[in-house]
Amino acid sequence: MNLAKLPIGSFVRIQKCDLQSLVADLKQVHDRVVGPREIDAAIVYDDLDHVDQLPIGVTDHQDGGVYRLTHQSSDSHFDYVVGPQSLKGFLFPPRETVSESVRTDGKWEIQATETPVMRIAVLGPRACDLRALAIQDKVFLEGPYVDPGYQRRRDALFIVAVNCRRSVATCFCHAMDCGPAVTSHFDLALTEMDDHFAVEIGTPAGGLAIEATSWVPMSEVEVAHAKQVPAALEESMQGGTSARQMETGGIRELLMDNLEHPRWQEVAERCLSCGNCTMVCPTCFCSSVDEVTDLSGDHVRRERSWASCFTAEHSYMHSGNVRKTTRSKYRQWLTHKLATWQDQFDSSGCTGCGRCITWCPVGIDLTEEVAAIRGE
Amino acid sequence: MSEKPKLAVFKFASCDGCQLSLLDCEDELLAVADAVEIAYFLEARTEQIAGPYDIGLIEGSVTTAHDAERIKEIRQQCKFLVTIGACATSGGIQALKNWQDADEFVRSVYATPEYISTLGTSTAIADHVPVDFELRGCPINRQQLLELIASLLQGRRPSTPSYSVCIECKRRMTVCIAVARGVACLGPVTQAGCDALCPAFARECFGCFGPKETPNVISLTNHYQKQGVDCAHLTRLTRSFNANSPEFKEASDLLSGEQPSADTGDH
Amino acid sequence: MVDRQSITTANPWVTNLARIQGIDQELPNVATYDLVLEDPAAAGAFEFQPGQFNMLYLPGFGEAAISISSDPGKLTSLQHTVRVAGNVTTALSRLHVGDQLGVRGPFGSAWPLEACRGKDVVIACGGIGLPPLRPLIYYLIQHRETFGRVHLLYGARTPGELLFTNEFQQWRAAGIEMAVTVDLGSDDWTGDIGVVPLLFHRLHLDSNQTIVMTCGPEVMMRFVIFEALARGIDPESIYLSMERNMQCAVGLCGACQLGPKFVCKDGPVFTYEQMEPYLMVGDL
Repeated sequence: MNLAKLPIGSFVRIQKCDLQSLVADLKQVHDRVVGPREIDAAIVYDDLDHVDQLPIGVTDHQDGGVYRLTHQSSDSHFDYVVGPQSLKGFLFPPRETVSESVRTDGKWEIQATETPVMRIAVLGPRACDLRALAIQDKVFLEGPYVDPGYQRRRDALFIVAVNCRRSVATCFCHAMDCGPAVTSHFDLALTEMDDHFAVEIGTPAGGLAIEATSWVPMSEVEVAHAKQVPAALEESMQGGTSARQMETGGIRELLMDNLEHPRWQEVAERCLSCGNCTMVCPTCFCSSVDEVTDLSGDHVRRERSWASCFTAEHSYMHSGNVRKTTRSKYRQWLTHKLATWQDQFDSSGCTGCGRCITWCPVGIDLTEEVAAIRGE
Repeated sequence: MSEKPKLAVFKFASCDGCQLSLLDCEDELLAVADAVEIAYFLEARTEQIAGPYDIGLIEGSVTTAHDAERIKEIRQQCKFLVTIGACATSGGIQALKNWQDADEFVRSVYATPEYISTLGTSTAIADHVPVDFELRGCPINRQQLLELIASLLQGRRPSTPSYSVCIECKRRMTVCIAVARGVACLGPVTQAGCDALCPAFARECFGCFGPKETPNVISLTNHYQKQGVDCAHLTRLTRSFNANSPEFKEASDLLSGEQPSADTGDH
Repeated sequence: MVDRQSITTANPWVTNLARIQGIDQELPNVATYDLVLEDPAAAGAFEFQPGQFNMLYLPGFGEAAISISSDPGKLTSLQHTVRVAGNVTTALSRLHVGDQLGVRGPFGSAWPLEACRGKDVVIACGGIGLPPLRPLIYYLIQHRETFGRVHLLYGARTPGELLFTNEFQQWRAAGIEMAVTVDLGSDDWTGDIGVVPLLFHRLHLDSNQTIVMTCGPEVMMRFVIFEALARGIDPESIYLSMERNMQCAVGLCGACQLGPKFVCKDGPVFTYEQMEPYLMVGDL
C-alpha cells in the first residue's frame, strides 16, 4: 500500500477486481454502502455487500414511458445510465417524521423529531445526479432557512461517482451543461476503462478511501485517455440521435412570455397529472405535511412526504384551488423547472437526466414541449 | 347513559369485506369500541340500538328496489353518511350487470327465477342519496377507516389523499411496472390510499380505489394501446371493481365500443 | 422593501408552545386570539414587523398561516385575528382562554415602513384584509409625525362584518383619514355603499408622494392597483399582501409558489412591480 497522500484532482488506476477492496473499506466506515443493483427489472440503489452484485454486463434502453434492461456477456460494470432513483431519497426522504406531540391531562408537549442519521456511501451517481445534488444543496442548505435533516444527512454522505460512457435516448445532460463528465460534488469518481478503473480523487476522504486498494499512479497520457471517455460521449450526444436535444438559450423568457400558449392545453390532454415526473425528478423538492393521530387525538405525528405540484392539495386554498386544471399544473411544473428556478436558485432546475421522460406513464417529453413552444 | 357517538354499519349488495376491515382493526378495535357506541352492526353484534346514528357506514351497492328505498330511510337516520368500499362508492364488480341483460343471468343461474327480484343495474349509494364522505377501495384500507373515525371524533376533515397511486408507489421506491415491464397498470389514474400495495408485489394496479382527482383515463388507455396492449384486456382492466365510476366507464365504453344497456327497470 | 431575514440555523420546523390569554369574538366567524409564548426565553426574543405572519399549530389539525394583527411595539400581547375557514381555523374557534397551541414565526416580508417615511400613505383593504394591516396602523399612529397624510380605505360585505369598529374613533382622532364602505347596506347604515377601489375617487393624491398598501381578496386588490396606477402612482410604490398555500413558511415545501416567488419567504408583502407579470395570469 502506498501511503503517500493523494492530492485532490489526482488520478490513480485500480484493477477492476480491486473495486471490492474499496467497497469493503467503505463498509467499515459507513453504516450503509449502496450501489446500483438490478432489482424489479430496473437499476436501483440498494445495499451492496460485494461488487459481484453490480449489474455487470447490463445495459438499458430508455425512451418516453419505456425502460428495459438487456444482459450481455461483458464485464462492463456501469454501462447502464440512471435508473428511477436519484440521490434525492437519501437526503430528502420520501417520508419523514417532523415532530411528535403528546397531550397529557390537557397539556401538550411537542418535540421536533431528529431521526438518527445513517452514514451512507453511494457508488454509482452520474454527472447529472451530482448536478442535481448541488441544486438540492442550494434549495435546502443555502437559502435563508436550512433544512436540518438534509444538512445532517448531507454531511454524512460519501460519493463514488461514475463517468458515463454511453447515453440513452432520454439523456440530455450535455444540453443542460450538467454532464456527461463528472466535475464536482464527489469523493471519488470512476471511469471504467477496458481492464481497469481510472479513479479521480475528489476529497481527502476519497483519497483516504482509495488507499484501501492497490492503486497505481496514472501517467498524463493515461489521464487524458480516461478524460476522453466522457468527452467522446458528449460529442456523440451533441451529434443527435443518441440523446434528446434541448435549446436552452433564452428559455426563461421563452416560457414566461408564453404562459397562454395553446401547447399547454395540448399537453394537458395527454398528461395524467399523476405526478410521476415530479417524484422521479432529482431536483423536485416539494413536500407536504400530514397530521397522523390516534383516535383520542392525544398522540400526533407530523409527517413530511414528497409532494407534487400535479396534486390538488398542493395548490389548495380555502377560497378555491389556485391551479385547477392539468394545463395549469403542467405549466407550473415546466415553467418552474426550466424558468422560474433561475430566479429562485440561479440555475435551471433541470439536469437533463431524462427521468421525467422515461418514467412518464404516457411518455410526455419536456424537450418536445419546449421545442413546440419555441415553434420548432 | 352513553354520550358516545353512535356508529351504525349497514350492508347492501356486497361481499362483507369492507365491514371485515372494521373488525380487522384488532388492537384499535377496542379503542374504537371505547370511543364510539357501535349501535348497529349485524356482523359484529346481535344487539341493535335504534337510530338516529351519528355515523353511518354503508357497504354495498343498490341492486334491488327494496334497497333503493332502504337507503333513503337510513340516510334520514344518519347524521354523517359514509360509503365504504368500491360497491357503495361506484356500484362494485356487480355493476358489470349494467352492460348485460340481468334477466338472462337470473334465468340461467337460479332454479326458480321468479323468486328473484332485482334491478337491472348496480348503482352507487350516491346515485340515491347525498353522501357525506367516501372511503374508497376493494376492500377499504383500515388505516383510512380509523382516520375517518378519528377525524369525526376530533371534528376535522379526514385526511385521505385523492391523488394518484403513483405518488405512493414512488414514495416507497417501487419500480414502475408500467414503464419497466410494459404492464398495463391503472395506478396513474387511480386514487391513492392502498399505499401502492399491488405494484409493490409487481402486480398492476387494477383500480380498486377508483378514479383519482382529475384523472385522464383515456390518455392512459390510448397509450397502452399504442404500446401494443390489447383492447379487450384494457376493457377488462377498466371494467372491474369501479366499472361504473364515470371516468372508468367512459374509457371502457370507448375501448369496447359498447354502451351499458339503458334498461334500469325492475325485473 | 422586504426586510429579508438573515440565514438562520435554528430548526425552522420547531414550534413554540403558546397559551391563549384572551379571545375577542369580533364577528360570529372571526375572533382575535391573544397569545403568550410559554417559554420565557422564546417570548423575550420574539419580535415582528407589521405584515409578518406566524404559523399557528393545533396538533392533529395542522398549521395555518395567520398574520399578526397586534401592535409590534407591544409584544406582551401577540394577537392573531382569524376567520373560520378550514380545518385549523375551525379547531382554533373551539379553543378557550388558557388552551395551548403551537407558534412558529414570525415569517415573511413586512409592510415598507422605511419607504413610507415622509410620504402620504393609502391603506386599502377589504374584509379579513384589515388585520394584517392593523400593526402598521398602530405603528403609523405612534410615529404619526414621520408620515404625511394617512388614508385608510376599508370595506366589508355588510356593516355587521366590519372589523375593529370600536377602534375607528381612536384611529380617526390620531390622524388617520378613514373612509369605510360596505357592499350591502342595512337599515341603520348611513355610510358609503360600494366597493373599496371606488373610495379612491375622493382622494387627492400626490402621485410622487404616495405609497399604497392593499390587502384583501385578490380581485379587490387588482382594482385597487388599477385605481392607484390610474392616479400615476408607480408600480414600485404599490404594495400588496398575497395569499397562497403556505405550508412550511420557509420556502422549502414549494406549495406557495406564484411565478418565481415563494409567497411565504419572498412575500407575503410584494410590490406591484414584482407581482405585475403574474397577477393577471389565470391559474398561475
